[in-house]
Amino acid sequence: MGLVMPKKLWRKPLDSKEIKVPEATISIAKDLCKGCGFCIEFCPRKVLEESDQLNKRGIYPPKAVDEGKCTLCGFCTAICPDFAIFCVEKKSKDDDNDGEK
Amino acid sequence: MKKSNILQNHPFAKYLRQDRMPHIWCEGCGNGILLNSFINALDELSIDLDKVVVVSGIGCIGRAAGYVNVDSFHTTHGRAIAFATGVKLANPELKVVVISGDGDLFAIGGNHFIHAARRNVDIKVICANNFTYGMTGGQYGPTTPLESWTTTTPYGSIEHPFNLVHLAAASGAIYVARWTALQVRRLKNSIKKSLQKEGFSFIEVISPCPTIYDRYNKLGTATDVMRLFKQISQVQHGYDPSKAVITKNQIMVGEFMDIEKPSYGRLLREMTIRVQEKLKGEESK
Amino acid sequence: MEKNRAVLQGTHFLSGDLACAEGALAAGCEFFGGYPITPATEIAERMASRLPEIGGVYLQMEDEIASLAAVIGASYAGKKAMTATSGPGFSLMQENIGLAIMTETPLVIVNIMRGGPSTGQPTMPSQQDVMQARWGSHGDYEIIALAPSSVQEMFDLTIESFNLAETYRVPVMLLADATIGHMWERVKIPPKEEIHLSWRKKPEVAPDKYKPFKPDENLVPPMACFGEGYRFHATGLTHNEEGAPATVSSEVQDRLVRRLCNKIRRNTKKIMKIEEIMLDDAEIVVLAYGITSRAALSAVRMVRKEGIKAGLLRLVTIWPFPEELVAQIAKKSRAIVVPEMNCGQLVREVERAAKTTPVLLLSKLGEEPHRPSEISSALRKAIK
Repeated sequence: MGLVMPKKLWRKPLDSKEIKVPEATISIAKDLCKGCGFCIEFCPRKVLEESDQLNKRGIYPPKAVDEGKCTLCGFCTAICPDFAIFCVEKKSKDDDNDGEK
Repeated sequence: MKKSNILQNHPFAKYLRQDRMPHIWCEGCGNGILLNSFINALDELSIDLDKVVVVSGIGCIGRAAGYVNVDSFHTTHGRAIAFATGVKLANPELKVVVISGDGDLFAIGGNHFIHAARRNVDIKVICANNFTYGMTGGQYGPTTPLESWTTTTPYGSIEHPFNLVHLAAASGAIYVARWTALQVRRLKNSIKKSLQKEGFSFIEVISPCPTIYDRYNKLGTATDVMRLFKQISQVQHGYDPSKAVITKNQIMVGEFMDIEKPSYGRLLREMTIRVQEKLKGEESK
Repeated sequence: MEKNRAVLQGTHFLSGDLACAEGALAAGCEFFGGYPITPATEIAERMASRLPEIGGVYLQMEDEIASLAAVIGASYAGKKAMTATSGPGFSLMQENIGLAIMTETPLVIVNIMRGGPSTGQPTMPSQQDVMQARWGSHGDYEIIALAPSSVQEMFDLTIESFNLAETYRVPVMLLADATIGHMWERVKIPPKEEIHLSWRKKPEVAPDKYKPFKPDENLVPPMACFGEGYRFHATGLTHNEEGAPATVSSEVQDRLVRRLCNKIRRNTKKIMKIEEIMLDDAEIVVLAYGITSRAALSAVRMVRKEGIKAGLLRLVTIWPFPEELVAQIAKKSRAIVVPEMNCGQLVREVERAAKTTPVLLLSKLGEEPHRPSEISSALRKAIK
């Protein structure tokens, strides 16, 4: 596959001060979740874990263990077959209308 | 009618008939992912939803037409493409999408598929291929791999399966792609591309069927199957579709065909104009 | 400009098939989906050459199953649509006829009946599909079927078929036969303004209040079409008024299926079209439809000259069958003679309605329709 640079040699991007990593809110509709586990398995930053609270269907839906690690890649939103999870950018000033585009 | 807010502000809520959710599909079923990707594509394209028509056939994926909040029709087994042809030609302004399964499209519907592809009718066909007839409990179909256990092949399947992308390309489709249910972004992009191309397009979506096919053939949980997809799928755009056979160790994915060819509707319009011009000429004499 | 070309106004010498095609165009048909089959091919050929003239669509599909599916699609996309076939194709269409009934799709199916069963005699007439038209698809339902007996009626009744289809949101069958389809007669086509056309009733409510299968007073739901912003769902599964599948509810199944039947049954008197000739004092009645009614009329006139009080009840609509009317006539008659080009199909309905009045079947198969002399000798025998 080729050489991979060790992390300690990575250069810091020149515009790193301007780039703001978005802050995310992860919404989980617990009773829609059927427990397939795709979001937990494939989140690139391992933000999600199985919770310990049963939902109406008798399965354990996911919960976000560290919402701060989420980079809003949107993979969980896209991979969920049941529309039970989505992540949106946390609105700092407007404190309602989460999820509306 | 749409008082339900079961989806709780999900960004795609407006694309779904909320009073019919949650859908009937099992946990880990690829159909839900296909629906999600399809809606994602519609959302990103900002298409006029009043002009989208979704036609589905019989099968688990056939229920998809009932869940999308657009004009939709759930036809008899195998006839979705024929129905869609009628819709598109009667009103060329509509964007007609056929969402159906491997059995519906290629066993009973095989004839309609090859002819619509041959004619290059401007419809977009998205096939959820889970290698089985899921709705009726897991019988074999035209895409079931050799030696699979199904309820009607209890000694292992002795039939060679179709290579769907090869069939589509050979029949005349102008856009042919295959993705697994894991590759959601690429699938969404393919759907977007097909919606913007004029002509017959075919997208095969390799889907897990955790309750039936995957369980009968001991492929593990839904997550195991998705991990398998990740492991054995290889993205090769422009790969020769006739060689893109699905095996236990390899699933070639990508865009296999992307050409331009006048669609049936376009040729029909041109012919109609020619006929009418000639008539006008004769009538004015 | 284009629409005027649809009505071939004037007096013409046409075959039954051609008159049927012209009737469809005059009715506003803009979509034909079909497959060639003797003896209905000429309808397809005429539509192939005429539809582009009016900006319509002729689609030759890969088989009859696809043809009817495409026609249902075109009807839902807002166009008046039809197909034309014969026995073997009609058999293939049965499943989709069920779909059209369940989704209440207005469309016209022309069946130029030929000798059956199976491939049979492609160029010979018959009336062997009469029961199939009524009962061919699975499930309980009612349909409308018309039987033309002349080339002029091929034109007129095709228009009537479209009108009935649009009014009742049901597939309407035009049951002709190979003789009528291929014979040539004079046809008078009136100017466009004189032709009465019906169109499907459109919804009067806003899209968010629209229920696609909620019936109005005459049991027929107003019909929105794709692309009008109503965003409705239609399915072949049993469904509620919103169009959502309801596959486990007995109540929904009962309500839906009975309404699909009742919308025809309760409107039978409005739909039914018959011709009564010399029935007022008739002691013996010939009940005929389609090609046999021509010979029947000659036979009735012949025996009248001999003093036999015969009359003719010609059914123009054979489904829904006019049970009450036939029962009334049977009460006043000594016998009913039914000439049919089959082994006895509509005669069963006549027997059921006539109860104790004797019903005589005159069955004939093969190339030649009944001769007037055959019917008149049957009448002479029956009067004794």
